[in-house]
Amino acid sequence: MSSPSLVGIVLVSHSAEAARAVAGLATGLTGAGTDVPVEPAGGGPDGGFGTSSELIVAAARAVDRGAGVAVLADLGSAVLTVKALLADEELPAGTRLVDAPFLEGAVAAVVTASTGADLDAVSAAAADAYTYRKT
Amino acid sequence: MNATPDSEAPVDAAFVRRWLAAATDAVERDAAHLTELDSPIGDADHGTNMRRGFLAARTAVEQEQPQTPGAVLVLVGRTLISTVGGASGPLYGTLMRRAGKELGEEQAVPADRLRDALRAGVDGVAQLGGAAPGDKTMLDALVPALEALSGALDGGEDLARALAAAAAAAREGAQATTPLRARKGRASYLGERSIGHQDPGATSSALLVAAFADTAREGA
Repeated sequence: MSSPSLVGIVLVSHSAEAARAVAGLATGLTGAGTDVPVEPAGGGPDGGFGTSSELIVAAARAVDRGAGVAVLADLGSAVLTVKALLADEELPAGTRLVDAPFLEGAVAAVVTASTGADLDAVSAAAADAYTYRKT
Repeated sequence: MNATPDSEAPVDAAFVRRWLAAATDAVERDAAHLTELDSPIGDADHGTNMRRGFLAARTAVEQEQPQTPGAVLVLVGRTLISTVGGASGPLYGTLMRRAGKELGEEQAVPADRLRDALRAGVDGVAQLGGAAPGDKTMLDALVPALEALSGALDGGEDLARALAAAAAAAREGAQATTPLRARKGRASYLGERSIGHQDPGATSSALLVAAFADTAREGA
């Protein structure tokens, strides 16, 4: 393990493809050589659209390097499941649900995490993606 | 079904297991209807999700054999969170877990303790989902049910009668969601078009409350 540890990012979507694609996009836009741990957790328990708490827990454990984990979620049950898991303390210590737009927030979070920024800074960068107006 | 229920403390692990069996049967029986209600205003998976969650909860309780009413509810809640796959998983899961934790470690509790536990659970649902009565959600069945349960117990009714009143209030509450405009969840994107459909979450809530009433009536 190299020091200092990087913040881990978990991307929770109703769609396995969406979660995977956004993870790939965010990592790709961060540039070569990045070692930010990013894991998608997409789709429901039956593999269709939905939310799987097991995938979320596994993803959070996989990206936890001790510097905290930022979780971004898309809609409804994805958000509620993360909140319920946090309330039950079933996610690694230092895991946080970030209030951010899913795709733009993911890019901001991964880029910021790649600089070695802490969880507060990563969360703030992801949340700040809401302020980027397109018209 | 072998022990005579204690009239002072009728809610034991067996009571909650009987409720789970009744609730699972009701969800299985009405799964197609729940999904049908979820088709015009949701993503047409509520019945399937609830069925998967309650079957998994029943299996978990059979395997782990929790021995207190609180422990049964906590296990049901944890299983629903991990198996339902839709918003009803964390919402019902939180309801059951909070209620179970509120019951603590006791072997059997009186009716008013069940009421207090369910209130803690329903508060947890409102907190997690950020919804209030009138938003066309499960709270439109759960909150009137809790009020009816509470009122009946305060008025000296026994648990079976109080839960029957709660079941009637939940059913009416669910029916009363039809003219409402959804303000939470996917249905809220539909705006005016969510009007005229009964809320699937309120409908499944009414089923779960009715299963409590059936359980208490059979045990009485």
